[in-house]
Amino acid sequence: MNAIIRMGQVRVVGALAVATLLCACGGGQTPPVAQGSPESSGSGAAATGGNAGQINGAGATFPNPIYSKWFSEYAKSHPDVRINYQPIGSGGGIRQLTAQTVFFGATDGPMTDDQLRTAPGPIFHLPTVLGAVVPVYNVPGLAGDLKFSGPLLADIYLGKVKKWNDAAITRENPGAKLPATDIAVAHRSDGSGTTYIWVDYLSKISPEFKDKVGVATSVNWPVGVGGKGNEGVAGVVKQTPGAIGYVELIYALQNNIPYGAVKNKAGTYLKATLESVTAAAAASAASMPADFRVSITDADGKDAYPIASYTWILLYQSPTDKDKGRKMVAFMRWAVTDGEAYTKDLGYAPLPDSVVKLEQDALGKIQVQ
Amino acid sequence: MTFLCALSVVIALVPLAFILFFVLRQGLPALNWAFFTEMPKPVGETGGGMANAIVGTGILIGLAALIAVPIGITCGVYITEFNTTRLAPAVRFAADILNGVPSIVIGVFAYAIAVLPFRRFSALAGGVALGVMMIPIIVRTTEELLALVPSSLREGALALGATRGRAVATVILPAALPGIVTGVLVALARVAGETAPLLFTAFNNRFFSTALGQPIGSLTVQIFTYAISPYEDWHRQAWAGATVLIAAVLAFSLLARAVTRRLERMHRG
Amino acid sequence: MALSPTGRRRAGRADPLFRAGTGAVAVLVIAVVLGILAVLVNDSMLSVRKFGLSFWRTRTWDPVAGEFGALPFIWGTLYSSILALVLALPVSLGIAIFLSELCPRWLRQPLAFLTELLAAIPSIVYGLWGIFVLAPGVRWLEVHTPEVLRRTPFFSGPPLGVGMLAAGLVLAVMVIPFTATVAREILKAVPVSQREAAYALGATRWEAIRLAVHYGRIGIIGAVMLGFGRALGETMAVTMVIGNNPQVALSLFAPQHTMAAVIANEFTEAADTLYLNALVEIGLVLFLITIAINGLSRLLIWRMDRTKTRPTVVKTVPLAA
Repeated sequence: MNAIIRMGQVRVVGALAVATLLCACGGGQTPPVAQGSPESSGSGAAATGGNAGQINGAGATFPNPIYSKWFSEYAKSHPDVRINYQPIGSGGGIRQLTAQTVFFGATDGPMTDDQLRTAPGPIFHLPTVLGAVVPVYNVPGLAGDLKFSGPLLADIYLGKVKKWNDAAITRENPGAKLPATDIAVAHRSDGSGTTYIWVDYLSKISPEFKDKVGVATSVNWPVGVGGKGNEGVAGVVKQTPGAIGYVELIYALQNNIPYGAVKNKAGTYLKATLESVTAAAAASAASMPADFRVSITDADGKDAYPIASYTWILLYQSPTDKDKGRKMVAFMRWAVTDGEAYTKDLGYAPLPDSVVKLEQDALGKIQVQ
Repeated sequence: MTFLCALSVVIALVPLAFILFFVLRQGLPALNWAFFTEMPKPVGETGGGMANAIVGTGILIGLAALIAVPIGITCGVYITEFNTTRLAPAVRFAADILNGVPSIVIGVFAYAIAVLPFRRFSALAGGVALGVMMIPIIVRTTEELLALVPSSLREGALALGATRGRAVATVILPAALPGIVTGVLVALARVAGETAPLLFTAFNNRFFSTALGQPIGSLTVQIFTYAISPYEDWHRQAWAGATVLIAAVLAFSLLARAVTRRLERMHRG
Repeated sequence: MALSPTGRRRAGRADPLFRAGTGAVAVLVIAVVLGILAVLVNDSMLSVRKFGLSFWRTRTWDPVAGEFGALPFIWGTLYSSILALVLALPVSLGIAIFLSELCPRWLRQPLAFLTELLAAIPSIVYGLWGIFVLAPGVRWLEVHTPEVLRRTPFFSGPPLGVGMLAAGLVLAVMVIPFTATVAREILKAVPVSQREAAYALGATRWEAIRLAVHYGRIGIIGAVMLGFGRALGETMAVTMVIGNNPQVALSLFAPQHTMAAVIANEFTEAADTLYLNALVEIGLVLFLITIAINGLSRLLIWRMDRTKTRPTVVKTVPLAA
């Protein structure tokens, strides 16, 4: 008798446990996006319940320093908005947004037409900041900065230039003490917008690179070691004497990794600075396409840094969760106005005014009512 | 020859000593009150802690245990009680296969059944992934321990008129309990150290969160993120996290031994 | 006690309920395994259909062009695991022999405990140690490799630290405790009669040990394969030290890639379906290989088991309720 009761009790407890679990995960959380297009509105908004408004996003590591600063600052004045951003790489941001496992994505490599087509609904690219990708290196015994030309970088990444004292490098850097060390090439092992910017530039410069490697967030690298995220590549370069890699400027600055000057289209060697990156965007600002997808690598202008890029946050035009949508839109408006004040300290350049104006219009088109 | 064998013991233990030494040397200084109570700071700022990750790991292994223990024990009971049926060897084989599946594959599986259909990364999905990994360990432990229970106990219970289920629940399981508890603790220790399956199920969360339907941080994923970064401060925190993790695993193992000894004493007494 | 008519009837009902209830859970476990297989097959269909068998032979891993071949990953996985085994086998056997034959009694427990501790360290901690301690150490080794060796294909390439050698070493350290523990169990299970017979015939201590090892050779091979299976599936520690470059290279210094590592790195980001399917297909291959290896090792250990005496498993008594 006792055993039967006890077994019965066990079963009841078990059922209760399962029920609690279901309630815990159902209660206060956004219900899953309905099948089909996110335009089917209604039911989603009401049931957000007790959730502290946590909005999940994922994507590029390129802007992660400025985004994490923004989310943290914004939360101070808006404590009910918690934005959990995970830097898993631009490719990841695109993929998870398309699978709707996150509310927004972030990428430095704009989505292709094919990718936009396969998404369950129309997606907006919303530029946030301008950044630069710099060639970082770790050459023991070197004093002073190195200069690189586009073709040289392409050849290094194609594996054609193998040693630091190769003629191609010494030609650009007369007087620099370059050792006979092997060049250890570092690149991204994950799907990356930073990669996109880098290979976009190199493909414009070198037809061989374009042919052998191509332009995407994940490419078939001829040589090199893969690091995960901007952090991973910076880590590899920092710890491997003889290494060369490409990272967003702030990662080089924050970690005291030397980075080189790159020769731009006009022939000037420039390091990535606020001015040179802003100059790179100047030309594009006038002719910004409506969907904000534009490449500004290898820009014209003698002050333009050649490996600069916009970075975008991706939002569905018509998200199911209107409440989160409203919060995100409010955040974006803050980001492109007040948020731009934080960019300088972190090595990013603020958006040109004309772009901000266009973006405010676009934000108005997101259906959150 | 003896020397060679002794040498191999030394060779094996040297990395262990090395690892423990490094973890403690780097990690202990980085362990402070802030580490246990604060959240991660924005990228590039020093300080902050792993409070959310530590709690996250606790929640995840709790969920995993909740899923795996009932299933594992019941399955172990079936295999032992009905081992003459055709199902039993099939189940045993299945548990063996499950034991050998690489954790990354379990992560892919959990992504497909617990993340995609619900359109969200969640602690629950992470718990499912870890739970699936725990099941075979518990099944095997239960099976082995139930087999060790003397047949006299079982026959006695049945002779007194108990049904099979009652005999198992009231007599045999309690007799095997110390070992099963050990098995559960060992499985928990194993699963607390897993990273790969959490990468695409629990994802990660920089905020303190206990909601089961939201992404959740975990000690292992946080250590991984910090380790591959270039920030010195993050490296220090990664070592600190590793110290906490090893301490937890050690604690579980020692707890398992202590529990076994105490329950055995209880039974004998 | 429960001899009343109602009691007996209740007992009769509870029994099939017990069997059905526990049976359902047992079936659930089988369902999970089949579910994993189903998910892997279903989510890799596109890639399987497009590439067919050439998937296993192609070296290219080109997400841009949509060309996927798993050869570099299969190569890297096998290379690193075999390397780990080669390094781990002598050490594991040495430990097993030491613990079962040569060890003074007082040292046995603590040493066994330490070996178990090594097995319990999470792989992320090995990875952490790998990045910050082992890789620089390997780099030092690589830089100081004599020139004559550097010209051979096994030691060529820039000294990065990360690469196949570092991966093999980390895996070896991780595999040793498993293989050692199982091998020790095997040796312990060699019947005393065998040993005593050897001594009776005038064998020295070492000859007796050799006999024991020979007797348990099948089980020991099983233990080795178990370690192999573990190495094949290891993800985190490997991805942190192997360099993540999908290439088929002979050199120990070269950064390479493994099946588990590429899934961990690229799964959340495979932005198009074919890419994702290719990754899941790699997962499928990994799944099947580890099943095969683990199955084989269990078979060997089980075969070993059958030849020795052991307390019989309690048979279930058929009930007459």
